[in-house]
Order: sequence, then structure tokens, then C-alpha cells
Amino acid sequence: MSPKTLYDKIWDAHVAHEAEDGTCLLYIDRHLVHEVTSPQAFEGLRMAGRSVRAPDKTIAVPDHNVPTTLDRADASTMTEDSRVQVAALDKNAKDFGIHYYPVSDVRQGIVHIVGPEQGWTLPGMTVVCGDSHTATHGAFGALAHGIGTSEVEHVLATQTLIQKKSKNMKVEITGKLKPGVTAKDITLSVIGATGTAGGTGYVIEYCGEAIRDLSMEGRMTVCNMAIEGGARAGLIAPDEKTFEYCKGRPHAPKGAEWEAAVAYWKTLFTDEGAHFDKVVTIKGEDIAPVVTWGTSPEDVLPITAAVPAADDFEGGKVGAAQRSLDYMDLKPGTPLSDIAIDTVFIGSCTNGRIEDLRAAANILKGKKIAVKRAMVVPGSGLVRAQAEEEGLADIFKEAGFEWRLAGCSMCLAMNPDQLQPGERCAATSNRNFEGRQGRGGRTHLMSPQMAAAAAITGKLTDVREMM
Amino acid sequence: MEKFTTLSGIAAPMPLVNIDTDMIIPKQFLKTIKRSGLGANLFDEMRFTQDGAEIPEFVLNQPAYREAQILVAGDNFGCGSSREHAPWAIADFGIRCVISTSFADIFYNNCFKNGILPIVLPEDQRDILMKDAEKGANARIEVDLEAQTVTSSDGETFTFDVDPFKKHCLLNGLDDIGLTMEKAAAIDTFEAEASAARPWV
Ligand code: SF4
Repeated sequence: MSPKTLYDKIWDAHVAHEAEDGTCLLYIDRHLVHEVTSPQAFEGLRMAGRSVRAPDKTIAVPDHNVPTTLDRADASTMTEDSRVQVAALDKNAKDFGIHYYPVSDVRQGIVHIVGPEQGWTLPGMTVVCGDSHTATHGAFGALAHGIGTSEVEHVLATQTLIQKKSKNMKVEITGKLKPGVTAKDITLSVIGATGTAGGTGYVIEYCGEAIRDLSMEGRMTVCNMAIEGGARAGLIAPDEKTFEYCKGRPHAPKGAEWEAAVAYWKTLFTDEGAHFDKVVTIKGEDIAPVVTWGTSPEDVLPITAAVPAADDFEGGKVGAAQRSLDYMDLKPGTPLSDIAIDTVFIGSCTNGRIEDLRAAANILKGKKIAVKRAMVVPGSGLVRAQAEEEGLADIFKEAGFEWRLAGCSMCLAMNPDQLQPGERCAATSNRNFEGRQGRGGRTHLMSPQMAAAAAITGKLTDVREMM
Repeated sequence: MEKFTTLSGIAAPMPLVNIDTDMIIPKQFLKTIKRSGLGANLFDEMRFTQDGAEIPEFVLNQPAYREAQILVAGDNFGCGSSREHAPWAIADFGIRCVISTSFADIFYNNCFKNGILPIVLPEDQRDILMKDAEKGANARIEVDLEAQTVTSSDGETFTFDVDPFKKHCLLNGLDDIGLTMEKAAAIDTFEAEASAARPWV
């Protein structure tokens, strides 16, 4: 047998039908559903008199729209649109008999945090969700990607997806990371190096010592942003850390089934000599703590650098860079560490896990914020509870952070947590597009440590100076 | 998806060129959680005043055309965004067929996914049908997808082209989901084998 990549193996194990032109029906093991991209899909099922083929493999949780303020049990804190969408999900989950974590459930949270936390996401699975950051689940060695509403309906009805296979790309991060450098810096640096279209047409496998050294939380952060690099999905081969993370989770296998599962999971790695269509190698020790300066996730620079000029770029990027500089209101040559920040947002499916909160709290301990507004939005109710138990919540509150309930919050301007026009935010989320966090809002992406450091000084800051 | 075999219906004339998806369904109606019900807002800004009163001159508000099932339209129908709300709104209103000289690509494909037959005809033939449509409810246009013909109220018949696969799907009411369901046996087999091999999934 010819050697296979991890992606080849998972793909081959899920092809339920292949047409002559190579179009496949890929069987889906887990379908995650949230309130924004699903209503028309359920509506479509109703109109056609269809049911959900595998309700047991379908998990729903509202996250994008839900307020994260403490008073959210009161539905009047939601806008009309949000209330209608959340109510629709309540009803659809009930009518079609799928697993559901309502807003009132402590396990509610961002769909990509809830899936792994509850043990729904396991190695070797195919996972889809009507959301582009489904790539997150690739950290477990699961083939996971986002789909559109018509595909949501297709998966609900048939438990398959019509797909053509992508190409294989390897991103290797060699060696060790320097102190102060995190998974977020890895993933941003990769996008900075390859561009937002660098992964287009590919499924990326992240590997190398620096990736192996990451915790599961860190691996999720890396895979989460594979989509920002244009890839269909990001993958990391499962290992003992993965098994350890999964063990004992509510929906992970138990007993003999667990043993069988682990035995299978151990076969999920890229064979020696398997072919990759594209390879990118980055030295771990070359990665610095980074921030974004522009309005594309590829606009990445080490915190020690200065704002670039538009003509530092080539071709179409010159105009785009100028537009970014204007939108971000930045002057070329300004040291990044001189940029003053109004707001700090720690959360999202990229960096809303317990380890992220620990890292930020570690920097904030005993300090006060110097920004107008700072908020922490845990990725799930369980992350929130654990952070309270560990005393992290107190550190945040004493520093002057708002301690919120779980949801997508200020990652996207779809709920009341939004930036005002011109407001500048240090954010741990994944997209710095124009208007992403609110019309006219300016977003700098970075790691939780770097966001905490910015909160303390009121400007973009090299966290290494505080360590 | 509803099948499309033959249709005999009233055709509404819309000679305007470049009717875009914003005209078909303005963006304030996209926040809905439904794909049904959009027919009430089809061509909203052309059909109603700001305060919701009907604009009597608009073709679909005229008594003869309130039950129209066919549109005969100007060039480049359906240009603009990829929103599937446009064909949803058209189908929900009850229109099953649009005849024009040309369509925007995404809209054209979206029609087939939603049980609507878009027919491309040369300008002179479209114009004959446009005149026909202007006669109001007395003129019924006949469409036969199997035979790939459109027949005017005077009995003049034109043939049209359609991709054989799209035709097959529409004739049999097969959307992507319907097509996949034709392979249910393969999915069943796969599912049984997979759950034996990986019972924990
Ligand atoms: S946290 Fe942000 S990126 Fe993640 S699912 Fe929510 S909106 Fe999408």
C-alpha cells in the first residue's frame, strides 16, 4: 500500500460513495449546529417532509447571538432578531430530537469549545458545522470544516456531504518556542508567512516539535485559524495528550470501547514517505509574539516592529495595505508598541479556553487596567466555572475586567458587544476585518498574554517585558 | 423539491433589463429564519409604497397577473448577490418559470435548486412571448420541460436548451438532497460497516 497522509486516512475511512468524476459523499460523524446558519436548513427539512437522519450525531448550541451579560436569562436583553433565532433553535432541537445545550445550561458556550469539552469531538472523526472556524476540531486529528446553510440541510437529511478531495499541505514548526510565544503566535505567523490564500485548496497538517509540545488547548488555537490561511481544514495527529484530554469526557467512549478507540487512534498519523503537495517549514525559535496591524489576518508583525508603509508591499497588496492603514488610522513607521488601545477583548473560539484565561490572569495578577473597557468572555459555562474555582475570575475582576457569561460576544458584531466607530481593540479572536467587531471598530489580533499586557499599559505591549 | 414537468399558466411581463436580486428581495428581508413566506415581499420596493400600500401599476398588483406562474423578463435577470432568498421569494409567490434572453449565473443555478425553470430564448422569441404576456389572463403560456418547448397562446412553439442533468433533477424533483437520497443504500451500507468498525462514534 502506498504511504498515506493523516488526511488521506481520515478521508478514505469516510467515503460512502464515489462518483466517476471523483465527487464523493463523505460520511459525517458529528454535526454541530448553532442558531445563525441553521434555521433555513430545518425549515427546508420541514418543507420537504424530511427528518434528521442521525439526531444522535447532531449537537446544537446557541452562541453567536446570545448576550454575555449576567442578566441574559431575561430574554428582553436580546434584540428581536436574536431572540427569534435562539427561539427557533430551541424549537428545532426539540422537534428534531437532537442534543441541545440551551442558553440556561452551564455547558452552553461557543460551539467549537463545547464540542471538544463534552467529548463529542474525537480523533479520526469527520466534523462539520455551519461556521468556518470548525477547523478548530482538527486539533484532535479530526477532519473538520465549515459548511453553508444548504449543506447544513444536506448533512441533517443525509449525514453526508458532497465533497471533492483537497490537496495535502504540511506546515512544520520545528524546535522550541521562546518564552512569551504561544500557539496564537504560531498560527498568526504561519498566516503572515503564507498569506490568507496560502492554504486555498489544501488541508493542512501541522506538525513538528513545537506543535507536539503544545497542549490540546494550544493545538485548537492553531487549527482554529487554518481557515484564515485559506485552508479547508487544519489537522494535528493525535497522541497521548489527545487521548488524555478525551478520556472521561461525557461523550467519549468508556471501558473496552475506549481501548478499541485508542488502538484505532494510534493508527492516525502520516506514513513515512507520504506525499504532500506543499510544504512550509518555520523554525519555532524564529517566532516572536506578534500582533496584526491591518485588516487582514495576514497583516502580522512581531510586536517589536513598526507600522509598515503601503509601498513596502507589491502588486495588489499596495492598495489593500493603504486601505488598511487608513481604516486602522495608523502612520507608517510608528512603533507597534506605541499604539494606544481603548478596549481589550479576551475570548472567542480561538482563545476562550481555560489555559488562555490562566495565561492572561498570570500577567494581570495584582495589576489594574489602563484601558477604557476590558472584558473576558469564557468560551463555555464550564470554562467560566473552572476559572472561578481557580480564582482567575477574581484576578480579572480586581484588575478591572468585566467577567462575562459564555458566547461569541465581541468576536463578531452580531450581539450587543460591539466596538464603537474608531474604537481600537486588542482582541484574542481571529478576524480583524473591517467592521468585524462593530462598524468602524479597529481590531488588533494577538495572544491572551499580549492582550493582558495591553490592558495593563493601555497600548500594544511586548509581554516579554512583563515576564 | 417540487417536480417540474409541464406548466400552463398566466405570464406576467417584466420588460425591465437587469432585474437584480435586491429588487427581487430587498436585504431587510434577509434576517428571516425562514425560506417560506418571502413571496409576500417579492419585488417589495417596486410592489409597495413605503407605508406598505400596493402600487397599482406594478404588474403583479394588476388583477390579471396576481396569479401569474410565469415571468417573461428583460435581459440579465437575477444579477447581484448569490442570496438564495431570491429564488425562494419567487417560488413562494407561486412563480415556477422565468423566461428571458439571459440570466445571471448564480441565480440561474439557484433556480434549479428551488424548483424553478429558467428558460433562455433568443430576443425575437422572447419578445413574442412578452407581447403574449401583455394580453393578460386570457393568454396562457404552456411550458413542457420533457419536450423542451414553450408554446404561446397562439400556438406558436419554441424550443429551448437545458442541461440534461439539471433537466433530469427538475423533472424528478431531485435537489442535491434528493440526489444523495437516491444513494441511500450506499450510505446505509457505509453506516453499518463504520459503526461496526468504530462503535464509539
Ligand atoms: S467565537 Fe467568533 S469565530 Fe468563533 S464561532 Fe463565535 S463568532 Fe465564529
